[in-house]
Amino acid sequence: MTRFAILLASAAALIAAPVAAQTTAITGGKVVIGDGSAPIDGGTVLIRNDRVVAAGANVSIPADARRIDATGKWVTPGIFAGFSRIGLVEVGAVTQTNDMNASGSPFSAALDVQYAINPFASPVAVNRAAGVTRAVVSPSTSSSIFGGYGAVVDLGQDENPITRARAFQFVELGETGHSRAGGSRSASHIHFRALLNEARTYARDPSAFDSDLLKASDAKALLPVINGSTKLLVHVEGANDILKVLDLRKDFPALKLVLVGANEGWRVASHIAAAGVPVLASALSDLPYGFEDLSATQSNIGRMKDAGVKVAIGMINDNDAHQLRYSVQYAGNLVALNKVPRATGLSWDEAFAAISSVPADIMDMGGQLGSLKSGRQADVVIWTGDPLELSTQVETVIIDGVDQSLSNRQMRLRDRYSNPAPGALPKAYDR
Amino acid sequence: MRIRALLALVAGGSLMAGCAATAADTNSASKPVPVKSSKPAKAAFPSTYKAYPSTPTAVTGVTIFDGEGGRIDNGTVFIAGGKITSVGGADTAIPADATIVDGSGKYITPGIIDVHSHLGDYPTPSVSAHSDGNEATSPVTPEVWAEHSVWPHDPGFSRAMANGGITSLQILPGSANLFGGRSVTLKNVPARTVQAMKFPGAPYGMKMACGENPKRVYGGRNRMPSTRMGNLAVNRQTWIDAQEYRSKMNDAKPPKRDLGKETLAGVLDGEILVHNHCYRADELAQIIDMSREFGYKVTAFHHAVEAYKIADILAEEGICSAVWADWWGFKMEAYDAIPENAALLQKAGACVIIHSDDENQIQRLNQEASKALADGRAMGIEISDAEAIRWITLNPAKAMGVDAMTGSLKPGKMADMVLWNGNPLSVYSRPEKVWIDGALLFDSGDASRRPVSDFELGQPGEGDVK
Repeated sequence: MTRFAILLASAAALIAAPVAAQTTAITGGKVVIGDGSAPIDGGTVLIRNDRVVAAGANVSIPADARRIDATGKWVTPGIFAGFSRIGLVEVGAVTQTNDMNASGSPFSAALDVQYAINPFASPVAVNRAAGVTRAVVSPSTSSSIFGGYGAVVDLGQDENPITRARAFQFVELGETGHSRAGGSRSASHIHFRALLNEARTYARDPSAFDSDLLKASDAKALLPVINGSTKLLVHVEGANDILKVLDLRKDFPALKLVLVGANEGWRVASHIAAAGVPVLASALSDLPYGFEDLSATQSNIGRMKDAGVKVAIGMINDNDAHQLRYSVQYAGNLVALNKVPRATGLSWDEAFAAISSVPADIMDMGGQLGSLKSGRQADVVIWTGDPLELSTQVETVIIDGVDQSLSNRQMRLRDRYSNPAPGALPKAYDR
Repeated sequence: MRIRALLALVAGGSLMAGCAATAADTNSASKPVPVKSSKPAKAAFPSTYKAYPSTPTAVTGVTIFDGEGGRIDNGTVFIAGGKITSVGGADTAIPADATIVDGSGKYITPGIIDVHSHLGDYPTPSVSAHSDGNEATSPVTPEVWAEHSVWPHDPGFSRAMANGGITSLQILPGSANLFGGRSVTLKNVPARTVQAMKFPGAPYGMKMACGENPKRVYGGRNRMPSTRMGNLAVNRQTWIDAQEYRSKMNDAKPPKRDLGKETLAGVLDGEILVHNHCYRADELAQIIDMSREFGYKVTAFHHAVEAYKIADILAEEGICSAVWADWWGFKMEAYDAIPENAALLQKAGACVIIHSDDENQIQRLNQEASKALADGRAMGIEISDAEAIRWITLNPAKAMGVDAMTGSLKPGKMADMVLWNGNPLSVYSRPEKVWIDGALLFDSGDASRRPVSDFELGQPGEGDVK
C-alpha cells in the first residue's frame, strides 16, 4: 500500500469509527449463556459493537438494532478450545508449514507462538466455520522440557488473531518430559528446578548472567513463571506424575499451575482439587496409550469435576491443529456417559461450559471471554439445533461482534465436485 | 490421546528399521514339495474360533436398522443357535422359552464392522516393543501376514466392543510398504490366541499403499521407490513377477514355494481381496489402470480422501471407498479432504464405508457415520439414517468378503448385533448390549459382561467403565 493510500485508509477509519456503533439483536432462539446455567427458550442476545450487552429472557431491544431471527435455533457463545495448536500448522507433515516446535533452535522457554500463529491458515477458517471462535494455542517441545510461550487467540478472519500473547509457558513433565530431559523423571524434575533457579540468578544480575544450562532469553522468559504472573501449563498424564507436579509449589510457591491432559487425574482428584489447580483435560482418552495412561477413562472429567476440580476440555496431541471442531462432539460424549451405568459424565450445561466459559476462566479471561454474560467479547454462534449433537450445523458465527465468513477451501472443493464429471469446461474453471 | 494413526502412517517406516530376517528366509527349511496350485497356504494357521454359548433371545419394541438400508419401528429381532432367526414388526412370533429384552426407546443394528484397524498389530500401550504393523525393511512384503503380529490382549479390542459395538474387524499391515502383506479378519471376541479370533471362512485381504508413505520411507533411505513413478514401477514389476510365478504353479515341476508370490497369486486368482491405501483421486485412477493391466480387482480404496473427485468413476468400477468422516490436513495428500466425501460418493451410487484406522475412532464409527451423513444433508444430499448405518455394517462386510455371514440383520446370518440405548446416530447414544454369534459379550448394566484384557488385569482402573 502506498503512503497516500494508507493515509486515506486511516482517515476513512477515523471518520467511520463514531458511526460504526452497531447493535445487533439475535431473537427467538434457545440461548445458552455458557456459564453452566440452563438454556433459555426464546431468549435474546444483544450485541453492541464488539461486546455482549445482554442475553436472556427479558432483554429490551433498541429500535435501531439489526435483528437476526433465530427462532428454532440455538444461540451460544463461540466454542473456546481449551488446548490447541491452531494456526501453527497448515499441513502437519509439511515441515515448512508446521511451527509447533523448533528442534533446531537453541531456544526453548523464550520461543513465542505469537509470531507463528497464522490467522490465514486454512485450519483457522475450517474450525471457525464449525463454531470455534477462541483457542488456547500452545507450542510443543523438542529439545527441552519447556516449549515456550503460548497465546490465546480468536479465529476471526481479520489479521489480528492474538487476544493475549504470552498467556502462559508450556512444559512437559510426564513421559515426554522424561525423554526431553534425557531419559528419566529424575532428570526432568532436576532440570525444571535447576532452570528456574538459573532464572533467579539471571534476575539478580542480568548483565553478569553466564549459565551452562540456560540462555539469557530463556531465563528471562521463565521469570514470570516463577513469580506467578504467567501461568505454567504442564502436560502430565499419570497419577504419580500429577502429584509430583503439585509438589513443585513446595519449592516454587508462586507457580500458577494448570494441568494439561491429566488422563489419570481422577485417581488423585482430591489432591488436584485441594491444590486449587485447574485442568485442561482430554475428554475421551480411555486406553493405556502409555504406562502413564493405564487408568484412562472417559469418566475422568466427570469424576474430577465431582471432586471439585475446575476442569475444561482440551485436545493435547489429539488433532489439536486441525480438528477443534471435535470439541462439541467430545462434550456431547461426556453427556452421553450419564446414560451409561457406573460412568460419570457431565450434565449438558456443564459440558457446554467445559468448551466455553470454563476454559476462559482457567485462562483468567472469563471476565472477557467464554460466555454471553454482559460485557464479554461478542463471540456468538447460531446453530440449527443442539450444538453438541452430530446432526447440527452452524449457521452464523460472530467474533468480536463481527459477522464472519464461513467459507473455506473445503467448502469450495465440495461445491466444485458436487457433480464430479467436468461440464463444458474442465473442473479448473468451476469456481 | 495420541495421534496414533500418524505414528503408523507417517513415522511407521523408521520404527521397524532394525528388525530381523524376512519371512522368506524362515521358509527355507520347508521341503520343495511339488504343488499343483497356489493354495498351499490356505490350510495354514486355521481359525479355531468357536461361538460362545447363547440363549434364544428376542429384542422387542425396538427400532431396527437392518444394515441393508431398511428400518423397522417397534420391531422384533429373534436370535437362536447363534443365528438371526427372524426380524420383523411387533407381530413377529417369539418362542415361549426365549429370553425377552425390552427394546422400547432403543435401537438395534448389526454389529459394527471396521474394515481398517491396527488393533493388535499397533496395540496399546504404544511402546516400541509393540510396533508390529509395518515390516518396513522392504517396499514389497506380501509375504508377511498381519495375524502374526496381532496381540490378542490389546485393550483396544474391548473398548471397540463396549463403546463402539464392533463385532468384526479387519486388521491390516501398515502403509509403509507398497505391498504391506496379508490382512486378517477377526471376530471381536477376546481370546488367548489370534487363531481363536479369526473369522471362520473370511477370505484374506492384501494391503497395498500408494502415494507419500512408501516413497518417503524408502526414498529417505536412498532406496527405490523415492517417487510416485517409482512406486508404480516397483508395483508393476512385482505384478509381472507374480504373474510369471503363477503361470508356473501348474507346471510339472512347480517353482519353490514363495510366500510373497503365493499371496500375489491369490490376488490374481481373485481369492485374496485388495485393500489399497490411497488418498489422491489421480492416484486412485492410476491404481485402477494398474489392476486392469494385471487382471485383478481392487476391492476397496482406503482413506481415499479425494474419492469424491472421481465418485462417478468409482461407482462405475464397483470399488468401495473406505473413508473417514472428516480427517484432513495431516499430510499433503490429505489436504483436499472434505467432510462431504462419503455423502458425495453415496450420491454418485458408489460403495461407501466409514473406517477408523484409529483405536479411538473405532469406538465411535456410528458417530463418524452420523457426521458424514449430516454434512451430506447440509448440502442437500438426501440419505436415510438406515443407509448411513450400512456404511458401518453391510458395506464393510462386503469389502471383507463376509457379507453372506454377517453385516445385516437377515435370518440365517450370524447373530452379531448391538442394542443401543438411543439412536446410534446421536452423540448421546452408547451400546447397551453386544452379541457376537448370539453370545452376549457386553452388557453395560452388568460389570461381569465387560472384557478385561490380561494386560489390564491387576492394573489401576481394571474393569472400569472406560
